Amino acid sequence: MQTVTSSPEATEALAAGLAEHLSAGDVVAVSGELGAGKTTFVRGAARALGVTGPVSSPTFTIGHRYEAPVPVAHLDLYRIAGLDPEEWGDLEPYFDGTIAFVEWPEHGGDWLPAARAVVTLKHVDESHRSVRIDCDPGL
Amino acid sequence: MILGIETSCDETAAALVTADGEIVTTVVASQDELHARFGGVVPEVASRRHLELIVPVIEEALGEAEIDAVAVTSHPGLIGALLVGVSAAKALAWARRLPLVPVNHLHGHVASLYLRPLDLEPPFTCLLASGGHTMLVDVQERGGFRVLGTTLDDAAGEAFDKGARLLGLGYPGGKEIDALAKQGDPAAYDFPVARVPGLDFSFSGLKTALLYKVRDLPAAELEARKADLAASYQHAIVRALVERIEATGAERVAVVGGVAANSELRAALPGAALAPLPLCTDNAAMIASAARYAEPVPYPDYLSLDARPTA
Repeated sequence: MQTVTSSPEATEALAAGLAEHLSAGDVVAVSGELGAGKTTFVRGAARALGVTGPVSSPTFTIGHRYEAPVPVAHLDLYRIAGLDPEEWGDLEPYFDGTIAFVEWPEHGGDWLPAARAVVTLKHVDESHRSVRIDCDPGL
Repeated sequence: MILGIETSCDETAAALVTADGEIVTTVVASQDELHARFGGVVPEVASRRHLELIVPVIEEALGEAEIDAVAVTSHPGLIGALLVGVSAAKALAWARRLPLVPVNHLHGHVASLYLRPLDLEPPFTCLLASGGHTMLVDVQERGGFRVLGTTLDDAAGEAFDKGARLLGLGYPGGKEIDALAKQGDPAAYDFPVARVPGLDFSFSGLKTALLYKVRDLPAAELEARKADLAASYQHAIVRALVERIEATGAERVAVVGGVAANSELRAALPGAALAPLPLCTDNAAMIASAARYAEPVPYPDYLSLDARPTA
């Protein structure tokens, strides 16, 4: 599906809709340029999955893990040039039993587990974003 | 004497600190140079580099010293990176039959203020602003703090770095923007300071606003307006930080974390307590300092201690 949202709240609501279909072990790839709304999208999904605290950008810390009925992982590969097997070992715990959202998945190379959903965010203008969600047929 | 170890993010660090807060040695193997070469992108996730560096860094800090405890950052951070420090700390403490003190990285930043010669006494309100964290905390005693507000999206240091990237500047972004801003007009552009309730922060709207300003300018004009953009953008970040501090009504203010190096922020808070710059960025002296006020785990109960990604 593809749609245009007119506010961060609308992007969050769209993400909440996707979250309803996710379960432990699922990976969601979230692509888009700086400021396209990736963290906003993940925040909306995390809220719907029961995360209550702030969902902030993991750019510097690379990974956040939140407690929720099914734990939520939020990864950001922005600062990583490309994953190799040893680096994958660093990130692997974040995928263990969680629903994992990965920003900048293109930096993950072949090492990221297959995504159940691929979200692509694009700038339309300062407040509007185009959001495309491609789902695994089973979802 | 406490040996501190820190590996939660990019820096591999070890330090020796006395019981009364004197730094004996402090060693930081920084990845800054690597970051600069790769434009802020790490060529490899931190833990492999931590693994290469941890033994030489500890050896250099420790020397032949007799120590009473080992302190280590156990949370929050990247699990694999934290585990390198935690495993080294466990092994060292175990071999010497010493207690081990797990330390929260954020407590460590605040405890950088308790090192001599600054030796700051609570109560005070502290802004912790770095690439990974931005929060405002109320400190009543050295053993802990209460979080008053935190970033809801990007950290202040991240806003600097991403802003620098949008402006085509180098790394580290905070330093580059700070330098360029000195030649620009902070009132040239009106960047929004996000209005979020309470004492929380939000910087992602600011980043997006800069992106659109940059996009809307023709390439030739962008070059001419870069200093004004940097100055206005920095001014908006600093204003957001300072407004929140002022809203607490605190009389005694301290700033820790890498953003404490920013010259406009320092000028805007003339009365604030600031740790020396090498102690503002990640280091292990602050971890050993925090351990002085934390609960030690006696030998050998810490062997099952785990690193945690969350605060």
